[in-house]
Amino acid sequence: MKNKTIKVACLSRVEGEGALSVKIKDNKVVDVKLKIFEPPRFFEAFLRGRAYSEAPDITARICGICPVAYQMSAVHAMEDALGVTISSQVRALRRLMYCGEWIESHALHVYMLHAPDFLGYPDAIQMAKDHAPIVKRGLQLKKAGNEIVTLLGGREIHPINVRVGGFYKTPTKQEFAPLAEKLKWARDAALETVRWTSTLTFPDFEQDYEFVALRHPDEYAFNEGRIVSNRGMDIPLCEYENHFTEEHVQHSNALHSKTKEGGAYFVGPLARYNLNFDKLPAPAQEAAQAAGLSAVCRNPFKSIIVRSVETLYACDEALRIINEYERPEEPSSPVQPRASTGYGCTEAPRGILYHRYQLDGNGSILSAKIVPPTSQNQKTIENDLLNFIPKYLDIPEEKLVLSCEQAIRNYDPCISCATHFLKLHIERE
Amino acid sequence: MPAKRKPKLAVWKFASCDGCQLSLLDCEDELLAVTDKVAIAYFPEASRASVKGPYQISLVEGSITTRHDAERIQKIRKVSKLLITIGACATSGGIQALRNFKDVKEFVSLVYASPQYIETLDKSTSIASHVPVDYELHGCPINKMQLLEVISAYLYGRKPNVPPHSVCIDCKQRGTVCVMVAQGIPCLGPVTHTGCGAICPSYNRGCYGCYGPMETPNTASLSAWLNRLGVKEEGIVRAFRSFYAYSEPFRKESELHEKQDD
Repeated sequence: MKNKTIKVACLSRVEGEGALSVKIKDNKVVDVKLKIFEPPRFFEAFLRGRAYSEAPDITARICGICPVAYQMSAVHAMEDALGVTISSQVRALRRLMYCGEWIESHALHVYMLHAPDFLGYPDAIQMAKDHAPIVKRGLQLKKAGNEIVTLLGGREIHPINVRVGGFYKTPTKQEFAPLAEKLKWARDAALETVRWTSTLTFPDFEQDYEFVALRHPDEYAFNEGRIVSNRGMDIPLCEYENHFTEEHVQHSNALHSKTKEGGAYFVGPLARYNLNFDKLPAPAQEAAQAAGLSAVCRNPFKSIIVRSVETLYACDEALRIINEYERPEEPSSPVQPRASTGYGCTEAPRGILYHRYQLDGNGSILSAKIVPPTSQNQKTIENDLLNFIPKYLDIPEEKLVLSCEQAIRNYDPCISCATHFLKLHIERE
Repeated sequence: MPAKRKPKLAVWKFASCDGCQLSLLDCEDELLAVTDKVAIAYFPEASRASVKGPYQISLVEGSITTRHDAERIQKIRKVSKLLITIGACATSGGIQALRNFKDVKEFVSLVYASPQYIETLDKSTSIASHVPVDYELHGCPINKMQLLEVISAYLYGRKPNVPPHSVCIDCKQRGTVCVMVAQGIPCLGPVTHTGCGAICPSYNRGCYGCYGPMETPNTASLSAWLNRLGVKEEGIVRAFRSFYAYSEPFRKESELHEKQDD
């Protein structure tokens, strides 16, 4: 099969709708296009004229899987614009809420979306027929993450308690007691998840990526830090748009991000792990090493192990925060509108999520810019396929298609986010 | 019961955030029990496998915003015995229906560098404005327990027990002191459909209407009250123009206040 077209009608187990088209000519992959059909919803346009205070609730609706990430980037950008300082306990509670979303989103991806590829099932429900205890563990781990978000946010999807300046209401220390018990189970389940994912079989595939993530001097970054890369980038958030650009390509309703030099880059768990391994506490580092990972991992298929390590970290971090929690006197800091521009960038489960808002004197939004993680990874996903497929051109087509899908799912792509993604189509000429 | 005799369930997506279909996967304790009773025949977010229709139940998430999607929903209706819309987007057009009040061409050029690549309709519309819908489940996002109730009700041929009253009743039931009366916080609870469990007031904030209008809402009276609490006309427009902006009662109320600004 020198020249050919392979088609997969609908890319599954990703969040949103898209397709992939691969052209093969003379046994060479000549073109890979990740097509995003997800219809555009124009958030950046209709945010204009809305109040600064509405951004966390409106932008949450970009993604039902990671609403906390949108709320966090939005509130930090607004607080940057309006010169608001938050209390240390509010900061800790935001970090706790993010732990909840990481646990929930990572457990969903590891157990329900990615693991079936490695074990040869179409979905977790079929997988449960042979591996019921594993799937049930995954579901309970996911639930533990959701319970953090629900306690702090009122509900797991589109939480209602986050506001510019802090929260509407903070929990009492006693309210955390039952949650802490559950999290003790969850951290053991997460450790077991690291061990279990390390036993899966991984294709031999390593690339020389530019990894980009937030880095904070004192902790594994969630909400704050500088944007750094393994190729020497080290910039404050406000310089993001000087270093990255978005390109509008015909085959996608999601804008493609690249570095100013035109290169693809990689955001998400692998990038964070590689750039911030030294900031992980000993138990997470030890679990990673016991699972066979070194301080740098360049095989995107092993992202499933890294997601599990991050889940373990998030459970430990959540327990630490709950243990040290003292209810703040005020749930939020006062906010005064002023004409200004603010920047926010936080680590969504899938990677850095950038927001910029320009406000008028009444706090009305004049312009908004939102760059979600999946649009930043699109080019890297296309490059991975360009480099991955040639090794496997001789395997049966059905298996090749499955491997391509798996390579895409390495990135846990969220198409709903990126369209502000997948059907697989391989064309051989 | 042999697997092949289970009723087939399909989950379809249009313009949306995926949150409502995620609600099904968020039923961590119940998901495997549900799959004992129904065959998940088409659910791309969760499975590679798909079984051809017809389907006993189709859950539809998202609003219609492209010509292609307007055609797709017709085909889905034809292969679905029961079509149930889930969430604000599918039942009212969602937050993306804010375009319906503006010129969509301007929106395209604000977000995309090459507007000619974008194919979109002028308006984001509900599923029911395109095909007959058997049941509409409200919420942004829907309540997962209500979703389970609706699925099991239809499996057993009974009417779903999903009350249509306002959020106010829920506050009274859970013993939350009225935030509007006691603290003067503007609240959409009196006109908003129940289902969330009146979360916002219990967190010390006013309801922002994410379950859409209750049956026969008195929006005019609420606007007058909001006005007395110091909410300006443009604030009232914004309050009614969020996740259910294009539902008829909320749309009409917002238009009344927009006109007074002219």
